[in-house]
Amino acid sequence: MTPFALWVYLSASPLFWLTVTLLAWLLAERLAAASGRHPLVNPVAIAIVVVALLLATTGTDYRRYFDGAQFVHFLLGPATVALAVPLWRNRTLVVRNVLPMLGALLVGSVVAIVSAIGTAALLGASPAVVASLAPKSVTAAVAMAVSEGLGGIPALTAALVIMTGILGAMVVTPLMNALRIRDPAATGFAVGLASHGIGTARAFAVHPVAGVFAGVAMGLNAVVTPLLAPVLARLLS
Amino acid sequence: MVAGFAILLLCQLLGEVTVRGLGLPLPGPVVGLVLLVAGLAVARRHNGDDRAVAETSPLGRVADGLLAALALLFVPAGVGVVQYFGLIGAEGVAIVVALVVSTVLTLAATVATFLAIRRLIGATDEEAGP
Repeated sequence: MTPFALWVYLSASPLFWLTVTLLAWLLAERLAAASGRHPLVNPVAIAIVVVALLLATTGTDYRRYFDGAQFVHFLLGPATVALAVPLWRNRTLVVRNVLPMLGALLVGSVVAIVSAIGTAALLGASPAVVASLAPKSVTAAVAMAVSEGLGGIPALTAALVIMTGILGAMVVTPLMNALRIRDPAATGFAVGLASHGIGTARAFAVHPVAGVFAGVAMGLNAVVTPLLAPVLARLLS
Repeated sequence: MVAGFAILLLCQLLGEVTVRGLGLPLPGPVVGLVLLVAGLAVARRHNGDDRAVAETSPLGRVADGLLAALALLFVPAGVGVVQYFGLIGAEGVAIVVALVVSTVLTLAATVATFLAIRRLIGATDEEAGP
């Protein structure tokens, strides 16, 4: 088998791109660890860029890549269900914070939607882009449905959701340091609400309690944003 | 391990069935999460303790393992959206500014409200961490 024939065979098999995804992740994790877990050295962003560059240089289309990567992607569902386990372990702390959580949920969700719509509209973005931005803080599947209902572009929303996730994961630690806030429950809740699963992953990396509250916030915001976004969008237009 | 994974998949499956059956505007896994919490409450009543979620239990091990790798699971979807960055196009500046402003404001407003209400109701923040 010539090297080219071998490449043609390997690049078409799910094994190759699945392995690449895991190796890119390990590399990104290693870089993040070497930086002392610096918030700006985000392993999700690094791994995405590494894989995207490899796809571009090898001329591989996304569908072929996803044949392999789908096995990783599939685990998002069970991982979301698995959030129930740390939640149950910490239920006393969670129950004690029900009122702060409900208040923060309402305020945070409204601020997320209104500030996105408001800033984009002020800067002269088109109505479709404004609508695509409105649900950016919730998990992708929910955000895409909300965006479509508001007249946005679901594919654009998916990109904005991932960007918001990475942005929140990068910003949360420096921002909380600047505000002198050290409480893991409050910080975790904020990053889960603002930046869904990617924010939750960052929260778990910082503190287990932060991860628990981030997971709760992500789940609650996925319920509240589809109810609030259409109302707020109508009020603001 | 297999038993733990089966529990997660079963809850997700029941979540998907519930969401589709009732036409709820929610992701199936989120409903699956709620169902698993309910299941853990029942297990506690039955066992008299929380052995079902112990770190050495099948469910505890699978859940801890998956959540430790949570960030990795977003990489395939993230690679997928890179191809849509072209859509950002001409309105790129407005979009990026809106994302940054909105994310920072959302984080600050959420954390401030959380802490203000907790202070108001007089609960103590005994969990001091990094």
